[in-house]
Amino acid sequence: MSDEQNSVSDLLEDNQYKYGFTTDVESDTFAKGLNEDVVRAISKKKNEPEFMLNFRLKAYAKWKTMKEPAWPNVHYPSIDFQDISYYSAPKKKKVLESLDEVDPEVMRTFEKLGIPLDEQKKLANVAVDAVFDSVSVATTHKKKLMEQGIIFCPISEALQDYPELVEEYLGTVVPVGDNYYAALNSAVFTDGSFVYIPPDTISPMEISTYFRINTEETGQFERTLIICAENSYVSYLEGCTAPQFDTNQLHAAVVELVTMDNAEIKYSTVQNWYAGDKETGKGGIYNFVTKRGKCAGENSKISWTQVETGSAITWKYPSCILQGDNSSGEFYSVALTNGHMQADTGTKMIHIGKNTRSSIISKGISADQSSNSYRGQVKIGKNATNARNYSQCDSMLVGDKSSAHTFPYIETANSSVQVEHEAATSKISEDQLFYFESRGISRENAIEAVISGFCKDVFKQLPMEFAVEAQKLLTLKLEDSVG
Amino acid sequence: MLEIKDLHAGVDGSEIIKGISLSVNKGEIHAIMGPNGSGKSTLAKILSGHPAYETTAGKVTFDAKDLLEMDAEERSIAGVFMGFQYPVEVPGVNNAEFLRMAHNARRVSAGEEEIDPLDFDELLSEKMKTLGMEKKYKERNLNDGFSGGEKKKNEILQMAILEPKLAILDETDSGLDIDALRIVSEGVNKLRNNNNALILITHYQRLLDYIKPDFVHVLSKGKIIKSGDKSLALELESQGYDWITPVN
Ligand SMILES: Nc1ncnc2c1ncn2[C@@H]1O[C@H](COP(=O)(O)OP(=O)(O)OP(=O)(O)O)[C@@H](O)[C@H]1O
Ligand SMILES: [Mg+2]
Repeated sequence: MSDEQNSVSDLLEDNQYKYGFTTDVESDTFAKGLNEDVVRAISKKKNEPEFMLNFRLKAYAKWKTMKEPAWPNVHYPSIDFQDISYYSAPKKKKVLESLDEVDPEVMRTFEKLGIPLDEQKKLANVAVDAVFDSVSVATTHKKKLMEQGIIFCPISEALQDYPELVEEYLGTVVPVGDNYYAALNSAVFTDGSFVYIPPDTISPMEISTYFRINTEETGQFERTLIICAENSYVSYLEGCTAPQFDTNQLHAAVVELVTMDNAEIKYSTVQNWYAGDKETGKGGIYNFVTKRGKCAGENSKISWTQVETGSAITWKYPSCILQGDNSSGEFYSVALTNGHMQADTGTKMIHIGKNTRSSIISKGISADQSSNSYRGQVKIGKNATNARNYSQCDSMLVGDKSSAHTFPYIETANSSVQVEHEAATSKISEDQLFYFESRGISRENAIEAVISGFCKDVFKQLPMEFAVEAQKLLTLKLEDSVG
Repeated sequence: MLEIKDLHAGVDGSEIIKGISLSVNKGEIHAIMGPNGSGKSTLAKILSGHPAYETTAGKVTFDAKDLLEMDAEERSIAGVFMGFQYPVEVPGVNNAEFLRMAHNARRVSAGEEEIDPLDFDELLSEKMKTLGMEKKYKERNLNDGFSGGEKKKNEILQMAILEPKLAILDETDSGLDIDALRIVSEGVNKLRNNNNALILITHYQRLLDYIKPDFVHVLSKGKIIKSGDKSLALELESQGYDWITPVN
């Protein structure tokens, strides 16, 4: 607790983006530009099986025929995809056998971020996969998980050790040509995490990935694949930070989840990529992410919880395909925008099986000149008898220059379904804060109380430490914006 | 305890308070009356540190400290309390939780430990009982959807929890039904002692039947135009303000 308090007061002191440092490591970076040879080179560099190369080439061919989507409610100068480097890895001599071989600078970076990776100090009940630029540098608690048959490793390693598992599931939830950025990711992704939970297994710990972009002008394209077999359960956490650069960096990840009968995946994200300069809007991450889960089995469940507090632009719709009968999908989201940030985020719930249920709780907070859009689609197929959806999308405005938008789309092809949508907009006002202060409560605590009240339904879905962290993060970001 | 000297203040460059002097000593009750828009609430908000108002001249000391130098939070900790004429609603923040935060802020600044949540709950139940408030107001969100009278009761509940040295109650009586007025007045009277003081802003004599003021002041157009004892309130009740307000 005291540790945590310290880091929070440190943050309060200069109120700067805490993670805006870069690490000086020698990296192995491809020249800028993208063509078929680059795709082949990435695959070769990683010594990939044939199917993987074919997957990439197919994706690349598809991508070339596609156009950047124009429908999101975000605005930015068009990206020059030839001006990005598609591969950057901390230089290393050979495949790492143990953590001792990780570049000590990289280890220190993660330590600075509060994620100790050394064997002695590693977090007691969380297994961590640390991804630096596009490459996984360390995965902790692997052995302990393996005792129960749980596979948790970089996806590049899974391609070597469990190629048939990867081949069976990769691209089954997000097909290579799904959308522009997913196609790009499928062609050029370099690493990410792979998790396989065997049947009848409850993961004994939280599994987490920590993403860090370090090099300027490198795109980060990670790929995550999580498979939860019959009667199994896993809770997965994802954290993200990046250094401050004046130029925009592209982050286009793909995450695929699959649950079999009676299985459950709970996926939580706290995203705090660098958002660009607060005054000028210069720099920051373009976060164009495709996250989708498939409830393939009966009675299975996928639950997405996200706290989005960073990035210059966020474009992200964690979704669920509810294929198995009686399966259920949940989406809990807090998206905060301030400064010049733009977010267009939400979810898609695709009901295919009978008695499928979905619920959507979205809380958007917009401050300063930022723009915050919720975009949600509930699609109910003709065989989805008795499907049910509940959506609640609330917005909170801070100050009077920010904007909030809600775009709910509902499509039903079955008459037995029940769909409910609620939406509300509120404002955090100077008078509310004065009310707290006039009772001796500090402004900081007042903002925290109002915000955590607004986000209560989402925060309670997060693991304890994550919830505390998320709350502090929001308070910190809003302090300058209120009043 | 409170010493206001030739206070001038306003908002956005227009003057609302135009030279007020007032001194309030320990153990005293002052009533401030006056027509709508005369500046009563503005005076109360300035005393409690609302950032929207700007003081252009004058001085306010509270327990020998320069009150105008302190922010709202510090004033509250120092013992100033304002019961709002229009308490704001704060959806999402639990009422009991809010009260505990306020109570703890006081304790922490006095170098004491935060109160045990169960002990606080007991304290809260007891205070609520004396104000005739039902238990459900603990679970509800702060003033959220409260009726006018319920909001006023909730203000007095906060006063009871915070036990201020100086309480400024801005039209706490309006909105209360006849029984509630009596119960709340009794509650306020119970909180009184020789070390604290009370400023009551009101339009009606009926509150002053329960809480008997030592002084009554009439505020008009940003100035105190008449001060007297409690008989002044009775005169105002029967004759209105015309006979004392300057014609212009
Ligand atoms: N924030 C503000 N912005 C603009 N004008 C204000 C503001 N606050 C107060 N005023 C004006 O100052 C004057 C005094 O207002 P105030 O609320 O103090 O009156 P009052 O004596 O409390 O009246 P009432 O008896 O109706 O409660 C009014 O004309 C009011 O419109
Ligand atoms: Mg008033």
